[in-house]
Amino acid sequence: MTDRNPDILTVEDLTIRFSRYEKGLRKTDLTVINGLSVSVANSELVAVVGSSGSGKSLLAHTLLGILPSNCGASGAIRFLGEPLDNRRIADLRGKRIVLVPQSVTYLDPLKKVGPQVLNDRTDPPSIRAQEKLFEYYGLSPKTAGLYPFELSGGMARRVLLSAAMMETPRLIIADEPTPGLHLSAAKKAMLNFRNFANEGNGVLLITHDLELALETADKIAVFYAGTTVEVAPVGDFRSAATLRHPYTKALWRALPQNGFQPFPGTQPYAGDPIKGCPFAKRCPTVSDACHLDIPQRELRGGLVRCHQAV
Amino acid sequence: MSSFWQKSAAGYLLKSTVRLVLVIAAVSVISFVLVSESPIDPIKAYVGEVGLANMNEETYAKFQAYFGTDIPPVKRYLNWAHDFIRGDMGQSLLYRQPVTGVIKEKFANSMALMALAWVFSGIVAFVLGVLAGVFKNSALDKIIKNYALVLASAPTFWLALIALMVFSVWLRIFPIGFSVPLGVAAADVTVWDSLYHLALPALTLSLTGIASITLHTREKVIDVMGEDYILYARARGQRLWPMVTGHVIRNVTLPAITLQFASISEIFGGSVLVEQVFSFPGLGQAAVRAGIGGDAPLLLGIAIISAALVFGGNLLANLLYGLIDPKIRRQGRAS
Ligand SMILES: Nc1ncnc2c1ncn2[C@@H]1O[C@H](COP(=O)(O)OP(=O)(O)O)[C@@H](O)[C@H]1O
Ligand SMILES: [Mg+2]
Repeated sequence: MTDRNPDILTVEDLTIRFSRYEKGLRKTDLTVINGLSVSVANSELVAVVGSSGSGKSLLAHTLLGILPSNCGASGAIRFLGEPLDNRRIADLRGKRIVLVPQSVTYLDPLKKVGPQVLNDRTDPPSIRAQEKLFEYYGLSPKTAGLYPFELSGGMARRVLLSAAMMETPRLIIADEPTPGLHLSAAKKAMLNFRNFANEGNGVLLITHDLELALETADKIAVFYAGTTVEVAPVGDFRSAATLRHPYTKALWRALPQNGFQPFPGTQPYAGDPIKGCPFAKRCPTVSDACHLDIPQRELRGGLVRCHQAV
Repeated sequence: MSSFWQKSAAGYLLKSTVRLVLVIAAVSVISFVLVSESPIDPIKAYVGEVGLANMNEETYAKFQAYFGTDIPPVKRYLNWAHDFIRGDMGQSLLYRQPVTGVIKEKFANSMALMALAWVFSGIVAFVLGVLAGVFKNSALDKIIKNYALVLASAPTFWLALIALMVFSVWLRIFPIGFSVPLGVAAADVTVWDSLYHLALPALTLSLTGIASITLHTREKVIDVMGEDYILYARARGQRLWPMVTGHVIRNVTLPAITLQFASISEIFGGSVLVEQVFSFPGLGQAAVRAGIGGDAPLLLGIAIISAALVFGGNLLANLLYGLIDPKIRRQGRAS
């Protein structure tokens, strides 16, 4: 890939901390994302897969510059090759980078859905675009006149998807866009993302649903306790052997078609001080070296954060 | 579309009317017990210590008959209630006029005072609260918040005295008191005269209201600013002011209505004190005189009017709520 055709998005070594004041006004830091790296190339649909609480939404919010004020991010984020600082985010968000948020609570409860999708535009072309999108997603024209509380969960998702598609972005960040959707609507949404990416754009699909990711994504970033433990091309998910990290392999084996094997334990709570690999506690092949600092390295066309991986 | 709302509104009005009747009954009984059990002897209050000492038996009996102190309290209350149901609130003993007439005149004065204070405090407090909440933790927020906290904890009576001292006595910007200039024939009093006399009491009265509504509005705005839909608006590139006018104000309107109408009773309470300090001839002042002078019919009349007013305010707030809140407005359709 040449530099004239830079990646749509690169995130390098992102760390996110909350600062909290405990009793006695002592400031403590809570690290929720630690050394996260992920990139989205041209025409690429990248899935970030991680269980709930692993920091996926925070990643999305960082990219849109909407982290809470007591939350600081460090690391290098680039959009189309240029650093994405707060000022640039403020100019680009909603236009070149759009968010499909996680739930209905992102809609103003006292405002009708139509104007919200239109982002208060009233010109006929925009209205036609909105009507077409509603039709594509199987929303009746009457939906525009409803309030968010009158929508079903699936309708709300489709409204949020329509709102994102109203713009002409280069990057869509979709935070869990499918729960609550019927299979056909979910497939439509994925097809929509796929086509959008194929036109030379990028999609960062945030999900806890590995199967969904496998169906549509080009590349999968596996998220565990606030960091990426592995980034693998989707083809590597054909067998456990082609995967790199023990957590990814465990996820793979837990899929119904691969034996449905559950693995014991839970992900460490965000902010729990972790030394070394966050998966060490649950890892079947854990060794002493796992408790030391483990850098991310390239391996067989992917990235991994495990010193044992070959 | 709105037939459901109309139906439920009719039911609501019916229920409210029943409640209002109960409230009036309770208020009248309580006020009556309070005046009739008061240690103040209305006759002594009326004619004074010396007048009472010099009074002969015959006159005293006449006074007793006039104030009704020769009749047992329960009977007296029942007589009053009997007349009240027929729309007769009786004679004010102090003003020597029908209670209805006294209340009408005082009510007009008080309404001007309270309405002005109410509207003014509502607007100012809403603006201050929104500014403080939107710019939470800024210097502006700290100034507004501290100002409101100080005002909220200052007694109205004391504020009124300070205002009177500063603006009327030292600076001489406003008159010392009364609702009209002294020594001017009623027919010659202009609207400007009235407003001029109204300004300082109304401003003073609005101060306490401003404080509490500002603080509450600020809290609501901070809550709203923390909602996901604000995050989303920002993520869609909305700038601050479109966001404030489009989402924040929209979402604090309902709680603001509740606050604003709930403040009616506060303003009412405050008006009694403010009218006292500014010698403003309103309902509050009349209530104090009636209470001290043992003028039971007048006190009962004022108590009932006040209760009805506060009640009406709450009723109006709830109806407005139903009109504005889409969740209530669309109940019929959703089901
Ligand atoms: N405002 C906050 N203050 C402190 N911790 C937070 C805050 N927001 C999120 N977190 C923590 O960060 C972690 C990641 O949250 P999130 O990104 O929402 O996870 P996901 O989207 O993967 O389910 C969670 O464990 C959550 O407790
Ligand atoms: Mg999430």
